[in-house]
Amino acid sequence: MKWAVVVFPGSNCDEDAVLAVTQVTGDSVDKVWYTQRDLSGYDAVILPGGFSYGDYLRSGAIARFSPVLAGVQEMATAGKLVLGICNGFQVLTEAGLLPGALLRNDHLQFRCEMTPLEVMSNASPFLADYKIGEVIQVPIAHGEGRYYADEQTLDQLVASNRVGVRYLRNPNGSLRNIAGVLNEAGNVFGLMPHPERAVADWMGSSDGRRVFLSMKRFVESQPVTRKGDEKVASLGDRTQTVEVGQSHGN
Amino acid sequence: MATETRKEDGQWAPAPGQSSPPVTVPGDPTPQDIAQDKLYRQLGLTDAEYQRVAAELGRLPNYVEAGIFGVLWSEHCSYKSSKPYLKHFPTTGPQVLQGPGENAGIVDLGDGTAVAFKMESHNHPSAIEPYQGAATGVGGILRDIFTMGARPIAFLDSLRFGPLSEPHTRYLFANVVAGIGGYGNCVGIPTVGGEAVFHSAYTANPLVNAMCVGVLPAAGIVKGQASGVGNPVFVIGARTGRDGIHGATFASAEDPHAKERSAVQVGDPFLGKLLMEASLELIATGAVVGIQDMGAAGLTSSAAEMASRAGGGIEMFLDRVPVRETHMTPYEMMLSESQERMLVVLERGKEDLALTTLHKWGLEIAEIGRVTNDGQLRLWFHDTKVGEMPVRLLVDEAPVYNRPVQASPPLWLPQTAQAENAQFPAESSEGVPESEAAVEQRALTLASPEQWLLRLLADPSIADKSWVFRQYDTTVRASTLVGPGGDAAVVKVSGSRKGVALCTDGNGRYVALNPRRGGAIAVAEAARNLSCVGAKPLALTDCLNFGNPENPGVMYQFAEATAGMTEACQILNTPVVSGNVSFYNQSYGQDILPTPVVGMVGVVDSLDKVVGGAFTCQGAVVVVFGPQDTSLRGSLLANEAVGFPWGDAPALRLEMEASVQSLVRALVDRRLVQAVHDVSEGGLAVTLAEMCIAGGVGLTVALSEPVSSPLGWLYSEGQSRVVAQVSREDLEVVEQLAVAADVPMIVLGETGTPDMTMGDPAEVWWHLPVAQLQQVYREALPKAMATVDGPLPAEFPVRQSDRGERQDLLRVSDEDGRRDLKTGKNQGVRS
Repeated sequence: MKWAVVVFPGSNCDEDAVLAVTQVTGDSVDKVWYTQRDLSGYDAVILPGGFSYGDYLRSGAIARFSPVLAGVQEMATAGKLVLGICNGFQVLTEAGLLPGALLRNDHLQFRCEMTPLEVMSNASPFLADYKIGEVIQVPIAHGEGRYYADEQTLDQLVASNRVGVRYLRNPNGSLRNIAGVLNEAGNVFGLMPHPERAVADWMGSSDGRRVFLSMKRFVESQPVTRKGDEKVASLGDRTQTVEVGQSHGN
Repeated sequence: MATETRKEDGQWAPAPGQSSPPVTVPGDPTPQDIAQDKLYRQLGLTDAEYQRVAAELGRLPNYVEAGIFGVLWSEHCSYKSSKPYLKHFPTTGPQVLQGPGENAGIVDLGDGTAVAFKMESHNHPSAIEPYQGAATGVGGILRDIFTMGARPIAFLDSLRFGPLSEPHTRYLFANVVAGIGGYGNCVGIPTVGGEAVFHSAYTANPLVNAMCVGVLPAAGIVKGQASGVGNPVFVIGARTGRDGIHGATFASAEDPHAKERSAVQVGDPFLGKLLMEASLELIATGAVVGIQDMGAAGLTSSAAEMASRAGGGIEMFLDRVPVRETHMTPYEMMLSESQERMLVVLERGKEDLALTTLHKWGLEIAEIGRVTNDGQLRLWFHDTKVGEMPVRLLVDEAPVYNRPVQASPPLWLPQTAQAENAQFPAESSEGVPESEAAVEQRALTLASPEQWLLRLLADPSIADKSWVFRQYDTTVRASTLVGPGGDAAVVKVSGSRKGVALCTDGNGRYVALNPRRGGAIAVAEAARNLSCVGAKPLALTDCLNFGNPENPGVMYQFAEATAGMTEACQILNTPVVSGNVSFYNQSYGQDILPTPVVGMVGVVDSLDKVVGGAFTCQGAVVVVFGPQDTSLRGSLLANEAVGFPWGDAPALRLEMEASVQSLVRALVDRRLVQAVHDVSEGGLAVTLAEMCIAGGVGLTVALSEPVSSPLGWLYSEGQSRVVAQVSREDLEVVEQLAVAADVPMIVLGETGTPDMTMGDPAEVWWHLPVAQLQQVYREALPKAMATVDGPLPAEFPVRQSDRGERQDLLRVSDEDGRRDLKTGKNQGVRS
């Protein structure tokens, strides 16, 4: 499986994402500079955390105009996997690939701490190896992570199982405690917590490993000839039957 | 008028008329005006210094030159008061790859990997503009690390503020913390440790000391040298503006509040991050001859210092410096402290590499000069020579002062007693107690041993600092093994199986009471903290924060404290490899507590053996290593009871210290201890309580012998003591090893119940649920800061230089203090 990690000017978790994927999946990972438009050679792309363009104007607001976003858009349309972590999540909402927006934390401070999350849906390729209702520990580190969307969108997200994870102890004032959301097709996932910082016991948690393992298993179980011709079935149509971490173990 | 032409091959033609003296830039005062009106005084030069400049140059300096001498001969750049003392520090050892004199010191981890580190103060800017002052402090120290070719891996911050009962202190504290996070989080380097201490002596002059640590291949050290005649000199990064002009002289002025805010720089962490990546990439190409941050005194100091290190000269064409404002004069360009700029000397012919790299990162680069061999710093502006000064005179031969040193210790005057005691309205008007028994008596009339424990745990200097650390990204780079809150942080080193342990320490109270021992304790405690996690201390960096060096009493403190540090460094084998001196930390005539802060780096050979400071399980034995001590001299309890630092610095015997530390390291290495924490601020009782709190595990200490002085036994801050949790099976081995190491060891009690119980046969001092201790310890700082947490209505009013306004402010809060004193309420929180 071929992974790409996008590097924007100001990204600072790109190296962490590369290391996590390499260590957890054993796959090779390319760092992709923000000017590269073509991502057709990759099965999955990660938009990492950091402060792209210094978070100036609004976090993610400038990065969304980068050439690489065209490639990310194409991958999303082709049903390939797009994962946005922290600043990557902010970029994805700014780019319209995910609904809602990330506002300044309600207490106005940056917050970095290990945070318990509840897995709300495991129908997506990102969370397939988790159980619904499972509580996992993943660190957050952000100043602008308060998830916001209008009531109608929030209702839709909940009804269509598109809230991937939510906070058990809301650290930033996110509406409905939302920590991560999926697109309609289920192949684009953005979350504020950092699964790449929770992949080994010495980090205080290895609960993030299964995000990458789930993605790998999804990609490797796909027919080889998937060439972006049709959109994948929407998330709501899929059944949630996968058991916890069976094929790639921790 | 000399003329300059650039030839096809990229070489500048030698400029004719070099021997003629530099001209006065239109609009600048003439050399005669400067001499006659003594304008040099505003530039930071004394009469004698100005006369020396004129004599050495053989003419009167023009305004640009006088300004350059002013900043380079400032205390901040020249270390003119401290040099005679700093030279006594041990600076060498087999582990030292780079000692003082470069942008940062470097030590060898022993496997081809090296660690570069340095700490620097940003006290004065932070007093005026706390967010930007702290942020640019972090940005500046970051650049010092990556200019050595090192990839930064961690920040630590040592902070000192006045009591949080003051609204202005809360404003300063909140914004300094936000500024540190604002820069460090954005550049993606974790802040893994540090301290925050509160004492009234720092009210008007807070201390903000930032340390950065980076990793590099031992063979890949880059220096700040301008060598190779003809090599081109570039400025990269931000454009030069008028911000921060006079920052260095400002840092050497007595009263930061009397200075204008324009001397404070503004940071751009995004640009700092790009500059870091671009510089590291550029260094990796091998084209870089020398590189240096434009820190204090900007272009002036970077150019002069790089030329000085190479023993050569440098020539700059100032009209080629990219500027962000119009009509900037040579004087302004040379003295600007605009942030995020670097001076780079490249190998001639490899300029394209630099252009490609810089353009990739979207950064500006401009060729502004070249390396010469005539030993001059020569400045051109639109084909006119506007400055020419010998580099050796600017840097190497800068004045050195043997300032008058008071022969005897300055009397510690409790001027600050009233404010100090705001939190504990003690009857401090009783005068200075003469005996230790009197102090204990006074403390006991104020509170019981149990109440003292709860008070000390809630003291912001001791209480849980999560309020601070959760605003820092502590885990970015995914290599933080042990983050803030413990004795020392531990960070994995990529490309190595080892890790580094890091900490900062320094106790102004001890140094005020006994400068020599206090200085030694700063080093000893730092080394002890590293030993507690199992790391071997390698070397240290320091920030020596003192008052006005023109005060002989302050020089006594400085001379004694550095002598004490030297002794400790020698015995603990931790040379000084980098550092910084910050004098003139005073406001309205009041000097701060003398506060040398030590930042130490140690190596962890086996990361899986690292232990923490939390009790891990029930039924284990708790022991304390080191000498018994029941003296309250210098303790926080005595300070709280008396109202000011009292007595003497706590006892310290360096040989015992070394034995205790080496024993502790051996025990960690053999996995014979399950938790380790040293005895420091708040004494044995606080150490034990912290271990209970961190682990959520209780402890029972029932001494078999009665204790004559319970408060002394519980709260003495006697040094060289370490508490450890040991399993029953290992106790005998541990005892044998302690005997063999000639280190006293006492079994204190056993972990277990959900409560912490302590007492001797005469009395149970307390029986408290650990949950209650946790609550007290964890809520203290958030409670004290409650008024600035959450949405802020508006910032506290900006304090300009108006002295009258400031005094009004002080008076108002004094009145508040008195009112509160009458009501007798704890003043931790005031809404």
